[in-house]
Amino acid sequence: MPHRLLKFALRKQYPEERMFRAPTELRDEYDVVIIGGGGHGLAAAYYLAKDHGITNVAVLEKGYIGSGGTGRNTAIIRSNYLTREGANFYQASVDLFQDLSRELNLNLFYSERGHFTLAHSPASLRTQRWRAEVNKHLGIDSEVVGPEFIKKTVPELDLSCGGHQAPVVGALYHPPGAIARHDAVAWGYARGADQRGVEIHQKTAVTDIEVRDGQVAGVHTDKGFIKTRKVLSAVAGWTTSITERVGLRTPLVIHPLQALVTEPLKPWLHSIVVSASLHTYVSQSSRGELVAGASLDPYELISMRSTLDFAETMSGHLLDLFPFLGDIKILRQWAGLCDMTPDFSPIMGTTPIGGFYIDAGWGTWGFKATPISGKTMAATVCEDHDHPLITAFNLSRFERFELVGEKGAASVGH
Amino acid sequence: MKILNCPINGPRPIQEFHYGGEVRSLPDSATVTDAEWADYVFHRAGEPGVKREWWYHLASGTWFVAERDNRSDEILRTYLYAAEARHE
Ligand SMILES: Cc1cc2nc3c(=O)[nH]c(=O)nc-3n(C[C@H](O)[C@H](O)[C@H](O)COP(=O)(O)OP(=O)(O)OC[C@H]3O[C@@H](n4cnc5c(N)ncnc54)[C@H](O)[C@@H]3O)c2cc1C
Repeated sequence: MPHRLLKFALRKQYPEERMFRAPTELRDEYDVVIIGGGGHGLAAAYYLAKDHGITNVAVLEKGYIGSGGTGRNTAIIRSNYLTREGANFYQASVDLFQDLSRELNLNLFYSERGHFTLAHSPASLRTQRWRAEVNKHLGIDSEVVGPEFIKKTVPELDLSCGGHQAPVVGALYHPPGAIARHDAVAWGYARGADQRGVEIHQKTAVTDIEVRDGQVAGVHTDKGFIKTRKVLSAVAGWTTSITERVGLRTPLVIHPLQALVTEPLKPWLHSIVVSASLHTYVSQSSRGELVAGASLDPYELISMRSTLDFAETMSGHLLDLFPFLGDIKILRQWAGLCDMTPDFSPIMGTTPIGGFYIDAGWGTWGFKATPISGKTMAATVCEDHDHPLITAFNLSRFERFELVGEKGAASVGH
Repeated sequence: MKILNCPINGPRPIQEFHYGGEVRSLPDSATVTDAEWADYVFHRAGEPGVKREWWYHLASGTWFVAERDNRSDEILRTYLYAAEARHE
């Protein structure tokens, strides 16, 4: 092994192939243009090519792939949601995730850890029980557990929270809860799409969308105009600037969400621990860093700045749960944009504009949905008809007052 | 620390305030259609830029309006809604 590594280092030419091509010129016309090279846009491109044989596709990314929420999230994957529509949808995503490293031939470090949502009050235990019952009914592995079980599984956790917070009285436990290497998900889908003929154009921003007689006719980019009759907007936190271009009103409000990593430690925290009351979720990455995130910033802002406020509050809450972390240093902190919906469910599918499809409303919960949203949006774009798994998430649900209330499961419960 | 200028209490740290969302006018409930009502209840102005927003100073119970750029977080102006309405 050291010998191979040395040979690798001394090679003049980089011996590995690039993950995907870097086309220089845009074509005049594509069958489908996907705006946004996050996990969702790239997954949709991959499944358009793989499942539907549509390969004259361009993914346009204004920065580099994975530079949005995809490379900024805390990478928690789970399906213990509160509504039937949500739980079925996210379970289908978990099913795809479990086989994804093999399918994409790239190690995504998909790691099942077990996911605890701590309850600090009888009221929150009630919601957990409700979720557990919905989950069990749908065949999802999920149950309410008591303090003894939590203490046995995560002995480092201070159930009394040092007396600074209400003590932990139980938890919703979801054994398949997992984490994965988020940027590898973007690269894997990008490579798979590229190998099938899709073009990925980084540093290419969409500036406007041409609609003629209610039908998409093309997109304007900072590198010129492209003709297309189908556009998929997969830009999460940037969605409102795209929907405004086609005159579509949405309920989306954009808030930053912040996270941090600590210096690496020897492995000690196997489980994923979430406390909605403390606005905290934490896991230990395969590199040993603790990855922790908070709740949304308190007001609308379309900017990825991080704050001292966050670092202070987050550290305080981590210490409430794990007091022995007092000497551990924070390595990095950052923010991402979250496109929040009033019911904490996504907005997916067809729109009143012919050929304009939307994949948005991913808020703080969209990483786990990457595979299934790619798959269902590819089918929706191909057939111009909402895939059965996503019909409840169509933008028109707001006009019909048919919300899909996931607040109890999605607000801070990554 | 981010400072917000309360029209009554002057510059205060932003932690003392609560964000109340976009300033919007209630449609006339006698004539509004279902679609207009749904639009009012759920939909928001999407275009990033300078917004008129409700803010609330928690310590003194003051609601007021702020004009803020939601891309740069720059607060351009704050004023009491009533004071402004009188001038309009
Ligand atoms: C701190 C944090 C923690 C999170 N934790 C979790 C978690 O634990 N689990 C979970 O499931 N979810 C989590 N999320 C949410 C998750 O990150 C997002 O929902 C998800 O990444 C959205 O993926 P996407 O591909 O839709 O969008 P993104 O990855 O944001 O991609 C959108 C892309 O579009 C590009 N773009 C924007 N405008 C244009 C334009 N005009 N032209 C061209 N390109 C454009 C952007 O540059 C960006 O790369 C978290 C989010 C944050 C911020």
